[in-house]
Amino acid sequence: MSANNSELGTASPTQHAQVKAPIDVQGIVKRATELNDFGHLLEHVPYAKFIGMKVERFGDELIFKLPAKDDNIGNPVLPAIHGGVIAGFMEMSAIVQLMVFMQTAKVPKVVDFSIDYLRAGLHKDSFAECRITRQGRRVANVNIDCWQTNRKQLIATARAHFLID
Amino acid sequence: MKVNSDFFPLTQMAQRFVDQLAQCRRLGLTVLEASEHHVLIELPYSTELIGYPDTGVIHGGVITTLMDTACGSAVVSAIFHKFKLLEISPTLDLRVDYMKPAQPHKPVFGFAECYKLSSNIAFTRAIAYQDSIDDPIAHAVGSFMRISPEMVGDAFRQALMGEAVSEIGDTDERK
Repeated sequence: MSANNSELGTASPTQHAQVKAPIDVQGIVKRATELNDFGHLLEHVPYAKFIGMKVERFGDELIFKLPAKDDNIGNPVLPAIHGGVIAGFMEMSAIVQLMVFMQTAKVPKVVDFSIDYLRAGLHKDSFAECRITRQGRRVANVNIDCWQTNRKQLIATARAHFLID
Repeated sequence: MKVNSDFFPLTQMAQRFVDQLAQCRRLGLTVLEASEHHVLIELPYSTELIGYPDTGVIHGGVITTLMDTACGSAVVSAIFHKFKLLEISPTLDLRVDYMKPAQPHKPVFGFAECYKLSSNIAFTRAIAYQDSIDDPIAHAVGSFMRISPEMVGDAFRQALMGEAVSEIGDTDERK
């Protein structure tokens, strides 16, 4: 197993403690906004660490990054990132986008997620950006685009609904 | 769980396919059953996979990975049975509907079927569940592009057929 594993291993006792305690989502988002460090949000989510995703803010935009990681490989022949990992990365991006821009009180819950794979996601860094198409009182619709070297050559595009309250 | 390999003769081949995918080894996916009609895969619970820290529920992305893998294996199994050929089909699209959260500290099972194999496309559907398949966590539909068997590569073919071969993917082929 990789070096990342030991890092996750040492972090797990605190994560386990968090499982029981209710999480102040709005407080965490507020703090991240003050510090202008949205990576802070991802630290609370073990799965975000598992795939190794990052986030950065550029003005009003959030750009999500999934650095190349051996454990994320699916097809070993190309090699290419596992489609499920790309989907997980895009889904998590949409969740963070909603928490930051809609100031949701809880972590949004995914209702459905539909992804189209346009090109193989090669073994290199991937990026994602989200667009909140509509936010109702209970449900939000989000579009997510994912690319690698060229922003105009998407490797995947997805749309999803989330329950918010 | 013991599987009668006379009933599901493709189980070992499907497990070897899943084991070739680094992400699936990392998730610890086990193929319980595989036939020309279906594949059943088990995903063990791990705190590393939590997506909702306040409840300990695993991330939707993990379910998507399970569904994608189960549907992909169902396609490999169906093609292998029908044509005696190995093809690895890339996912064209996948839609997952989440009916309810997966309960923490319990495995999730993914049951996938390849219900239509056309000359260019394979159509699949899958259900994720815990206690009973009649009480699903998620439902998925996916289509896969069929590509020529020559694209598979000798090392991968040997690995799937269970012949002695060094693991591909572990050698660094990054460009």
